[in-house]
Amino acid sequence: MKAVRQIAFVLALPVILVVVWWFASAGSENFFWPPLSKIVAAFPETWNADRLTGDVLPSLGRLVVGYLLALVAGVLAGTAIGLSRSLRAFCEPVLEFFRAIPPPVLIPIIALFTGYTGATPKIVTIALGCLWPVLLNTVEGVRGLDEVLLDTARSYRFRRHTRLVRVVIYGASPQIATGARQALSIGVILMVISELFGANQGLGASIVQFQRSFAIPEMWTGIIVLGLIGVVLSALFRVIEYRAMAWYRGLRRAERGS
Amino acid sequence: MTIAAPVALDISGVRKVYQGHGREVEAVRELTFQVTRGEFVCVVGPSGAGKTTLLRCIAGLLDLTAGQVSLDGTKVTGPPEGMAVVFQEYGRSLFPWMTVRQNVELPLKEKGVPRAKRGEKVDTALEAVGLADSASAHPWQLSGGMQQRVAIARAIAYEPTVLLMDEPFAAVDAQTRAELEDLVRSLWRRMGVTILFVTHDIDEAVYLGQRVLVLSNRPTVILEDVTVDLPDERDQLTTRSSPKFGELRGHVYEQIQAAKKGYRPDEA
Repeated sequence: MKAVRQIAFVLALPVILVVVWWFASAGSENFFWPPLSKIVAAFPETWNADRLTGDVLPSLGRLVVGYLLALVAGVLAGTAIGLSRSLRAFCEPVLEFFRAIPPPVLIPIIALFTGYTGATPKIVTIALGCLWPVLLNTVEGVRGLDEVLLDTARSYRFRRHTRLVRVVIYGASPQIATGARQALSIGVILMVISELFGANQGLGASIVQFQRSFAIPEMWTGIIVLGLIGVVLSALFRVIEYRAMAWYRGLRRAERGS
Repeated sequence: MTIAAPVALDISGVRKVYQGHGREVEAVRELTFQVTRGEFVCVVGPSGAGKTTLLRCIAGLLDLTAGQVSLDGTKVTGPPEGMAVVFQEYGRSLFPWMTVRQNVELPLKEKGVPRAKRGEKVDTALEAVGLADSASAHPWQLSGGMQQRVAIARAIAYEPTVLLMDEPFAAVDAQTRAELEDLVRSLWRRMGVTILFVTHDIDEAVYLGQRVLVLSNRPTVILEDVTVDLPDERDQLTTRSSPKFGELRGHVYEQIQAAKKGYRPDEA
C-alpha cells in the first residue's frame, strides 16, 4: 500500500501537467504549438525501430563514452591534485580558467582537432563538459579526508594502491558522487548541443532536422523523448548511488543522532 | 650475571622542533629511554607536554629533528613493520565504509597473511575484545567504547612487536574506561606484547604500567622514570585502594604538578 502511495505521489504532478497541456493545447491553430493529441499521434511513426537504433542509441552511446571518460579522468586527476598541496597550487589558476569556459563555446576549437563530423568531436565535447564537476568535487572530497584515517593507513603500512583506492577514493566517494550527478545533467545537455553542428545522425540532430524542415509535432516528440531520457538516466544514477552510499547515509544518521 | 632482556624500543636523544609561520617551536628537547620486550610502559605529562608528538615520532608518522628511534635494533624512518597504533579518536580511525570484520582484517591483508589464517586471527581478536557478535556491523553503529575495542582488536590481530596507544581512553566515559583498562592489561598478559601507553590520567598510568615515564612541560624532557612495584595481578577495586598505589600515584602527581610549574631536571 505504501509503495502504491509513493508511486502515485511521484506521478501526480507530471500527470496533472500533461492533462493541463492536453486541454490547453487542444484547439490550438498555432503552427508551432500543435495540440498534444497531434504530438502523441506522431510518436509511433517518428520513433520507430530504425530511428531508435540509428539515432537514439548512437547518441546515448556517445554520452556514455564521454561520461565515463570524464569520470575516470576526473577521479584520477582530482585524486592526484587533492593529495598534493604543491600540485594544487600549481594547477588551481588553470583549472579555474578552463572551468569557466562553457563547453559549447569550445566546439569550434575542438573541431579544429577532430573535425565536425564523426563521433570524436561529440565525445570530446561531452567529456570536457562532464570533467569539471567530477574533478573539482574529487579534489574537495580528497582534501576533506580525515587525517586520522590517513594516519591509520600509513601506520599499518598499507600498500600504495590500497591507500589510494580503498582509503582515499572510497573516503572521497560521497563527494565524488555529487560531482558525478552534476556531470550527468551536463552530459545530457552536451549530448544534444554537440550534435547541433556537423551531425547527420543522433537524437539532437534529429530534433534540429525536424525543426529545420518544419516538422513541428515531430520536433516536439523529440523534446519529450529527451526529457524522458534525462529522467531515466537520473533514476538509474539514484539507484546506483543509493546502494553504493548506504554506509555514508548510516554514518551521517549516526552522527546526527548522537 | 643477569642476562639483559632484549630491547624492543630504543629512544635515543629524540628532539623535535616544529617549523612554520616564521616561528620555531621546540616541542621535544631530549628524550632518551628504552623499553624492553614485553614491558608495559606508561607516559604521563602535563597538557601540551608533547606526549602525542613523542608517540607520532616513535610510530614513524613524524620526522625527528635529531636523535633516533630503533625498533628491535632497526632504525625507524617511517612507519615500521611490527608496530601498531591505537589512536585517541577511535571514531575517526575506523573506516566507515567497511564492517568491523573488514576493518580488523584489512591490515592483515596488507601484511600478506593468507586468507584462512586471516579469518582465524580476526575471529580470535574480536573474541578477545568481546565483539564476536558485532563482526558484520559498521563502526558507526557501535558505541564509543565498542569502537575503541574494534581499534584494539585491529591492533592485536596485527600481532605487532610494539603496541603504541595514544590516550586511547581519553574520550570514553569512566566506566567504559575502567573496562578497557582491564581489557588492555589482560591482553598484555596473554599476548606478551610490548606496550607504550600515553595518557594524561595519572591513576590510569600507575594502574596499568610497570614503569611510568613522567615528562616535563615543553620543551619536553624526562622528569623521572618511576618503577611501579605493584603486583602483576591488578584489579580496579583492590589495587586502586592499596597504600602502595596511593604512594606511587601521589608521587607522580607531585612530579606533574612540579612539571606544570616549569620544573626541569637540568636546571634543578
